[in-house]
Amino acid sequence: MSFLRLLAVLLSALASVSIAATALSADIQALVTNLTAGGLSDREAAVTALAASGDARAAPVLEALGAGQLYVRSADKVIVIGKGSGANIALVEAVSGKDAGTAPESALERVRVNNRLRGVIEGAVGSLTLMSPDIRVRRGAAESLLKRPDPAALGPLDAAIAAEKDTRVKQAFQEARAAVVLASDATSQQKIDAIAVLRDRGDREALGVLQGAVNRATDPAVKAASEAGAESVRQTLAAWGAAQNVWYGISLGSVLLLAAIGLAITFGTMGVINMAHGEMVMLGAYTTFVVQEIIRTSAPHLFDVSLLIALPLAFVVAGGIGILIERGIIRFLYGRPLDTLLATWGLSLVLQQAVRSIFGSSNREVGAPSWMSGTFQVGQLNITYGRLWIVIFSLVVFVALIMLLRKTPMGLYMRAVTQNRPMASAMGIRTPRVDALTFGLGSGIAGLAGVALSQIDNVSPNLGQGYIIDSFMVVVFGGVGNLFGTLVGALTLGVVNKFLEPYAGAVLGKILVLVFIILFIQRRPRGLFALKGRSVE
Amino acid sequence: MITRFLVQGMDRNLRLFILLVLAVGIALPLLNQLVPPGNPFHVPAWVMQLIGKYLCYALLALALDLVWGYCGILSLGHGAFFALGGYCMGMYLMRQIGSRGVYGNPLLPDFMVFLNYKQLPWFWHGFDQFWFAAIMIVLVPSVLAFALGWFAFRSRVTGVYLSIITQAMTFALMLAFFRNDMGLGGNNGLTDFKDILGFPVQSDATRGILCFVSALALALGLVASAAVVSSRFGKALTAVRDAESRMRFLGYRVEGYKLFVFVLSAAMAGIAGAIYVPQVGIINPSEFSPANSIEAVLWVAVGGRGTLIGPVIGAFIVNFGKTWLTGALPEVWLFALGALFIVVTLLLPKGVVGLWGQIKTRSRERRARAPA
Repeated sequence: MSFLRLLAVLLSALASVSIAATALSADIQALVTNLTAGGLSDREAAVTALAASGDARAAPVLEALGAGQLYVRSADKVIVIGKGSGANIALVEAVSGKDAGTAPESALERVRVNNRLRGVIEGAVGSLTLMSPDIRVRRGAAESLLKRPDPAALGPLDAAIAAEKDTRVKQAFQEARAAVVLASDATSQQKIDAIAVLRDRGDREALGVLQGAVNRATDPAVKAASEAGAESVRQTLAAWGAAQNVWYGISLGSVLLLAAIGLAITFGTMGVINMAHGEMVMLGAYTTFVVQEIIRTSAPHLFDVSLLIALPLAFVVAGGIGILIERGIIRFLYGRPLDTLLATWGLSLVLQQAVRSIFGSSNREVGAPSWMSGTFQVGQLNITYGRLWIVIFSLVVFVALIMLLRKTPMGLYMRAVTQNRPMASAMGIRTPRVDALTFGLGSGIAGLAGVALSQIDNVSPNLGQGYIIDSFMVVVFGGVGNLFGTLVGALTLGVVNKFLEPYAGAVLGKILVLVFIILFIQRRPRGLFALKGRSVE
Repeated sequence: MITRFLVQGMDRNLRLFILLVLAVGIALPLLNQLVPPGNPFHVPAWVMQLIGKYLCYALLALALDLVWGYCGILSLGHGAFFALGGYCMGMYLMRQIGSRGVYGNPLLPDFMVFLNYKQLPWFWHGFDQFWFAAIMIVLVPSVLAFALGWFAFRSRVTGVYLSIITQAMTFALMLAFFRNDMGLGGNNGLTDFKDILGFPVQSDATRGILCFVSALALALGLVASAAVVSSRFGKALTAVRDAESRMRFLGYRVEGYKLFVFVLSAAMAGIAGAIYVPQVGIINPSEFSPANSIEAVLWVAVGGRGTLIGPVIGAFIVNFGKTWLTGALPEVWLFALGALFIVVTLLLPKGVVGLWGQIKTRSRERRARAPA
């Protein structure tokens, strides 16, 4: 060992003397050579020295050392970085990065590191990559420094902050610096300032650093400040957690809204209980499946617009079947709501079995187009594109429906027939036709819901059954005959459900919501937004 | 007074029908036990078991008819009362297993040992006594029905709203009973019963007695329903069905009438469930599924709502069809069931029993029209 060390010192001395022309390069070379010399404790000093050089070329060397990929070639004592293992390891020279051919593992001597050293190396690499031209590398360096604050990095950090142009990276540097200050033996005042920086960051990493500071702090003022900071971060985290729950709730609510809004029309404005409504949703989902199958086999490049193609088709399929149902069954049952309920239940069984006979009872796969996959972050919120599009889609459908009912002649007829059938008829409105179209519209919207739900639920013959009770709850809770009630009802139930889930579990949460609605209906039998006056009876 | 009612107060057809039910309940076990196998009059045990099951369904249908046919309350949650009665019986039967279970624990049923229960949950106490279980079979469904009905009828929740909250109730119960934490066997429910009142559940003799008990319960249910329906109270009940507001304006306490009949009906459903469980040997949360309750509504509709014989006949017709079709053509069963719902509501609003009357009036009309 002592011989090796002697050799190394000699080599480094030789290197520094002989290549005097390129002084900096030689300096680095020497520092790198120092890495391979001596015991583990010497190596730590060498790592720190190399990091302190601030040379960008040192970063890959240190990374290789940390990963156990730094070798000394036994034949000529050249320090190399190797990739791979076994008989032929691809080698590059450590500082220059020149190709150094390959060698078997036996011809190389690995520069050993231990866990403690790995920690030091990671911190050193963090401070080295602070000056990298790549913005992502710089941010990564800041993050890794935040997680493993290294007091030695304070100098490079200050330099980096001064040089940094990008405000967001600068912010990340400042937060990293705060963590470093807390880990170093700076004055109490500096530490308290640093705590303020981390408190404003307010995420899980900041909380980790602050809690570390609470445990380490000797000065009571610093301890108190870091405790207060940690508490404040915890509150921020709780607020973001609540916001995330609200988002999940809105997402669930939008699904409920989609499923329930068609029902709100048939149940609310026509007084017809359509138990086959869930099956209309299912038909919409299967339409999507068929469209995607055709696209897969005949026009794969259209896959990204498959949902857009499926939307009108699902509307037409479900709406058409809805009109058939109205003409064939429901029109004979007006004024007998309980009988309508039973007949449409029977119909739902028939539709389920028909789909099961055609497509089989197993789940069918419906793919997501590229613009619906992936996530993005707002603050600390995780939002998936698929869910976001469904929320947007449900609101678009809702607004479109409101406009249809308020601004078009068809909507006028629908409202007229709902409010006073004999009078509407006397004014020349063909009420049977309006009935059929209203029912078709409600069913068609269920079909649209099916396209959206095919993205987040299993497409199986039982798809609709899972939604029918929930949709009824939404309509009844929101108030029958009031689309805004449906909107509020859907979002409320969605959010309440998601807030109950962490405390009560998914199933118990759902049970609680059902019990709540049952009790709520007792208090307000006509829902949140009850129609008042003559139209009630 | 009771004998007078039994002899004079009842419709002649109904009296004959009750005697028929009792005759079936007595004849089947006797033919099974006394006639040796191979003889054409021998009734195999599975037939007897099947009929026993149908008799329980018929009692459930009768209970449902009492609220729907006579009071206009369409409950889509009667399966829940049936299942609750069944669970009470199941708990009794579980406690009877004692140390004969797979794990041989003298106190805890197998599933509790499996789920690492240290002691019996509080609501399992007392179920080792049959009298206690018998009280609970009536009490648990009644109390639930009372609580739901008391709130719902007082705040005048009627029609489809009531149907939907009863459906939500059974759905919520189903979700609850599926949970393992519920302490009632979760997914698998209660099963592997050994004996009831000391008699082995699996033996043909016990099954014969259970078949008879089912017939007896149905007969008693019919008598009780007839007594309710033909009384002054029953007349008021029908009036509530037909014109609720008018009854209220006439000074009747409508919610009291509804509540009484709802609770009575729930108790009957609970009894039906309790007799059903030892015959099929299992009770699990799927009995709570809303589809089951709606199917029971179909039995009533097929047979004829607002009659006492109708639901019994309906339960038998639909379940015969189900047993036969699910065996012979399983694909077709849901089509047939669905079509039955549609056909009955569109064409047979009074059910099979009403069909006879429908044909009679139509031919009378035709005769009346012919001379003109």
